[in-house]
Amino acid sequence: MATIKSLDDLRKIKSDVQAKMTLRERSNHPDQVVQIRVAMATCGIASGAKIVMDYLMTELDKRNIAAIVSQTGCMGYCYAEPTIEVTIPGKDPLVFGYVDTKKADQIIEKYIKNGELVEGIIPVNYESIDEK
Amino acid sequence: MKDLSLHILDIAQNSISAGASLIEITIEENPVKDLYTLVIKDDGKGMDKETIMKVADPFYTTRNTRKVGLGIPLLKLNAERTGGTFSIESRVGKGTSLSATFIRSHIDRLPEGDLPGTIVMLATSNPTLQFIYNHSTPNGNYTFNSREIQEVLGEIPINDLSVYPFLKEMIVSNLSDIKV
Repeated sequence: MATIKSLDDLRKIKSDVQAKMTLRERSNHPDQVVQIRVAMATCGIASGAKIVMDYLMTELDKRNIAAIVSQTGCMGYCYAEPTIEVTIPGKDPLVFGYVDTKKADQIIEKYIKNGELVEGIIPVNYESIDEK
Repeated sequence: MKDLSLHILDIAQNSISAGASLIEITIEENPVKDLYTLVIKDDGKGMDKETIMKVADPFYTTRNTRKVGLGIPLLKLNAERTGGTFSIESRVGKGTSLSATFIRSHIDRLPEGDLPGTIVMLATSNPTLQFIYNHSTPNGNYTFNSREIQEVLGEIPINDLSVYPFLKEMIVSNLSDIKV
């Protein structure tokens, strides 16, 4: 594919993107897709959270998993950064600590795809940040 | 922080926490004056004079989860280590503008890092906010405006994961044209 440079180039790939979207049968409702929040405060960024977020965004797309990845501020687990909060539709949010690209891969393959718990979960009486 | 793009990500988070709706990230490379300038400006809630004086203190933070706030102190340190300057201006209710200037040729100047990835990450994870990234060098000028991108994308949301690699590629190819 030719390099995308101008806004016009972007326009041209729209149909490719739309085809991919319908392939995933993605609903537009946030609570029907996997939601991942990556802690992106100074502690997180310094420990490599950006690399993890980039990995998640790229891999979830490649593996055709409908998900929304966003950033949050400090979740308070600075000792365990990078941390990510994963909410599978219908389940409680889970926070994973010490996440690197290898762990992120495990989380995608085992937890998101199969519901299998992965090492490194930070156990708390956990409420999603919105409810705090 | 290992590179500049991480500082940008960090400072932009401050702007987001301050309730900004428009965040402008401007980089100017001036080899003639030997300067590399980064300006991050937002229209968030701003800070009063007292607070502005405190932000470069590593022991000042707005968070209640810990007692240390290193983002701004670290950026200030990195700018000044190259012989550059750092300043913050802010007006309550109007917004904040942070400026870090590095001596371009100085060996301690941080590498840029993944600027395209950072900009796109910010724009796509915060689809309700507008990000304008402008990079200028003697070879030219490039502007990425997330609002424009959203208009071009139409009904495709900017935070759709399949859009991410294309936007990164777009910034990379435009930057390679103007890079010195």
